Amino acid sequence: MTAIDTTPPLPAEPGPVPDAFAASRKPVMGQQTWAWIGITPFMIFAILFLIVPTLYLVIGAFQDADGHFTLQNIADLFTPSILNAYWLSIKVSLASALIGAVLGFFLAYAVVLGGLPAWLRPTLMTFSGVASNFAGVPLAFAFLSTLGRMGLVTVLLRDFLGINLYGTGFNLLSFWGLTLTYLYFQIPLMVLILTPALDGLKKEWREASEILGASSKQYWTMVALPVLFPSVLGAALLLFANSFGAIATAYALTGSSLNIVTILLYAQIRGDVLHNQNLGYALALGMILITGLSNGAYIWLRARAERWMR
Amino acid sequence: MKQSKIGAWIAFIIGALYFIVPLIGTFEFSLRMKRGEYSFEAYRVVLTDPNFLASFGYSVLMALITVIMGAVLVVPTAYWIQLRLPKLRPIVEFITLLPLVMPAIIIVFGYLRLYNSSSWLPLTANARSTDLLLSFSYVTLALPYMYRAVETGMRSIDVRTLTEAGEILGASMMTILFKVIFPNVRVAILSGAFLTFAIVIGEFTMASLLNRPAFGPYLQLIGANRAYEPSALAVIAFLVTWACMGIINVVGNLKSNKRPA
Repeated sequence: MTAIDTTPPLPAEPGPVPDAFAASRKPVMGQQTWAWIGITPFMIFAILFLIVPTLYLVIGAFQDADGHFTLQNIADLFTPSILNAYWLSIKVSLASALIGAVLGFFLAYAVVLGGLPAWLRPTLMTFSGVASNFAGVPLAFAFLSTLGRMGLVTVLLRDFLGINLYGTGFNLLSFWGLTLTYLYFQIPLMVLILTPALDGLKKEWREASEILGASSKQYWTMVALPVLFPSVLGAALLLFANSFGAIATAYALTGSSLNIVTILLYAQIRGDVLHNQNLGYALALGMILITGLSNGAYIWLRARAERWMR
Repeated sequence: MKQSKIGAWIAFIIGALYFIVPLIGTFEFSLRMKRGEYSFEAYRVVLTDPNFLASFGYSVLMALITVIMGAVLVVPTAYWIQLRLPKLRPIVEFITLLPLVMPAIIIVFGYLRLYNSSSWLPLTANARSTDLLLSFSYVTLALPYMYRAVETGMRSIDVRTLTEAGEILGASMMTILFKVIFPNVRVAILSGAFLTFAIVIGEFTMASLLNRPAFGPYLQLIGANRAYEPSALAVIAFLVTWACMGIINVVGNLKSNKRPA
């Protein structure tokens, strides 16, 4: 530091906080214009390949084939087949998010606070990193070879326990089958998001409540869960959006037999199955709204949750 | 206390079963190709399939291009945000989070309408420029992870001091950026890179809709037409993902051992 302090153009003490004087404290190349040029490539990229393409769809949703303003496309979304697709997507996402959140919570709790051997924690975290990224087509293959009609578990149940899994009404290519498959990346994602929050539960809080005579149940319902609630709910919302936008797993698992909204949109993009381009844009707009709302709520809740992590 | 420990074990064991059984199932299924015995026949078939090699190679190349473009885009941006334009931080962060909000299928849908062969920028007009568009789309997918990784890396070094030191020694802006800042956030870039690699290598939606011969669409095609090869491919894909995550861990540990600052 000392060598730099002797140079003239350094009025303020450089601290760890990014300070507002950064631009005015300019040495050789620091004009504001230069700084703007520095992030121009990023901004151009974001505008061209993220923002404009999305806006194009959003605007197209409110236009007819000739480019005139209309609300007809939005109204046309409310037909049974499209509503069913949205509804099935929402159901699968909701089920996999809620179940994933609960099971992920218990799993994270077990390794962080459950008194299990210490080596289990890094093992679970590494595995969660892998499994939360092991989505898409290969995941569908894994579940087909495990729970499909000829899958390992199906065969073992039949040969050794005499249970005909598919005779019980179970079908991998169904709502529950898809939910069960999605849980394979949802639970690890929950573990990854929630572990820092569980680490943030301070020992002192538990000790304080025990000293004050609180039972374990009271500690959880009155201290720990209220603190964790924004994290858990926020993570569940992220999980919801995560599975709502997913397509590859479902497509590889069920082909187009399961009518979720991403598969419908995929078919629309490939072959205009709705016979109306702009209706396709409206379909996309509906998806953007749903994932946008749940992600927005997640970001808001995370900001609330971070109050306790300091 | 004892009781909760039992509960923790139960939670862990159920979780472990749920995660391990499909892996065993996949592996076992992949060995079943020859009737009546276990063999690696499915792997042999897959690994000698020219389409496997071509599509896997294509996706590896796309992943590399994505990583390089992502790094070139993200590092200078994070640097300038940190050093000169902290006021823009929320905006840039919001943009980098957008790909998490917008499903991949939406982004690529927009591309197909905006950059089709009769548009102002006909990127889908020929194969090479479609490759370029695909790698752009992968950069958007990687943006949240890449930016987060580099940002964290950049906060842990003293960007200002390094820059000022460089300026005093007469280095140009580009020299500082490429010879000082880049090497110092190398570890962060690497961990972002391998995460990107794991995401891109089997990506299906964008490659399929842009009609490029990538690994993801190949997997889907095999899955729709073959019985045992898909399981072998799933095992391979799992190993690739595992390798990427393993390397991220190794790289992350290198950082904490090598340089305390």
